Amino acid sequence: MAKVRVLVAKPGLDGHDRGAKVVARALRDAGFEVIYTGLRQTPEQIAEAALQEDVNVVAMSILSGAHPHLFPKVVNLLREKGMNDVLIIGGGVIPETDIPALKEAGIAEVFTPGTPTGDIVEFIKANVK
Amino acid sequence: MDIVEELLKGNRLALSRAITAIENETDEAMDIMKKLYPHTGHAFVLGITGPPGAGKSTLTDKLARAYREQGKTVGIIAIDPTSPFTGGAILGDRIRMNGLTMDEGVFIRSMGTRGSLGGLSHKTADAVKAMDAFGKDIIFVETVGVGQSEVDIVKAADTTMVVLIPGMGDDIQAIKAGILEIGDVFTINKADHDGADKLVREMNMMLDLDGLMTDWRPPIQKVIASQNEGITETIENIEKHFKYISENGILTKRRTERSKNEMLDVLHSRIGSYITNKLVETGKMDEYVEKIKARETDPYTVVSHVMKDMLK
Repeated sequence: MAKVRVLVAKPGLDGHDRGAKVVARALRDAGFEVIYTGLRQTPEQIAEAALQEDVNVVAMSILSGAHPHLFPKVVNLLREKGMNDVLIIGGGVIPETDIPALKEAGIAEVFTPGTPTGDIVEFIKANVK
Repeated sequence: MDIVEELLKGNRLALSRAITAIENETDEAMDIMKKLYPHTGHAFVLGITGPPGAGKSTLTDKLARAYREQGKTVGIIAIDPTSPFTGGAILGDRIRMNGLTMDEGVFIRSMGTRGSLGGLSHKTADAVKAMDAFGKDIIFVETVGVGQSEVDIVKAADTTMVVLIPGMGDDIQAIKAGILEIGDVFTINKADHDGADKLVREMNMMLDLDGLMTDWRPPIQKVIASQNEGITETIENIEKHFKYISENGILTKRRTERSKNEMLDVLHSRIGSYITNKLVETGKMDEYVEKIKARETDPYTVVSHVMKDMLK
């Protein structure tokens, strides 16, 4: 039986990952297999881990403000590796004004602080390939 | 993409997709396994087991690096538990192995147990074969954190390493049956913690009393994995064991036993699903269940009938 596999990743230099862990736990409770790789991952590490784990979803969280640079980079690396069906979503402290550009770059949805975790689960269920 | 052809050419995405097919038990998976099988049997399979928090992932990371320095390619299968309630899982073993992600000679795959209770997942053995066919020299299988009786790893590995840590109980624990019986090599991790020497003594006592012991006495090595201490000695112990089982025909015996188990596993699961499907298709399943519920018959009689009927 197929199971949805999600890589929860923290690109960049954030010092804590409380939010990512809360999301990881919520996704686990939704019946997904969640691969969590810890803090301070480079885009290259995230894309390679996604490939080795053959995930359906890459969920990135970032608090530092480096999202305009790091999120699109991960999207491009995944495409280069032939991972064209992966649903890529982002979250964290991200200004509303940055969201259109991120979506343009291939981030399917961006979840900002205060989002109920159930919304993320529903979004994945509705959009995963 | 032709998964088998690409996998054999060294395409990492193909290996990844093959393992997914295996895990999800897709129709394609059996075909993939048939084609990969002739290319397997070359890798050395090292099982790493022990209680939760013993440092299995950290140790795997350090041992894998040491093997990479020898120029060997490494596959790692890291298993974490699946929730029996939601079917979800947090697979967190990669956290300790991030330094290996960008090394092209290493391939790490996390697996959930998906209902299996022996410390592995049902599909671990096939995932090992996919990595073997891919050409990995050494394949690490890191079990879930085990308690006392999850010993499936011995069926999957050539050499089994049991990782223990000080402070987990008194010496009665050391004479109980279960995971302590399966160690070919013992590692006492976090050896800078109190009680490490006492644990070594207790383990030695356990081994002294082992009436079934062959010429191989499992070595016990103190390690501080996080500081890379004792890693070289651990590798030496693993290599010594591999040499021992290779030279004494034990490896051949273990692999023969494994081949037998593999065949029986496939046989049981295919016959089981064949008969179950037939029963459902013909509507007999409900009929039998109703009769058993009403105590008109019993499961044993039903199964005798079914077997006579279908396995002529």
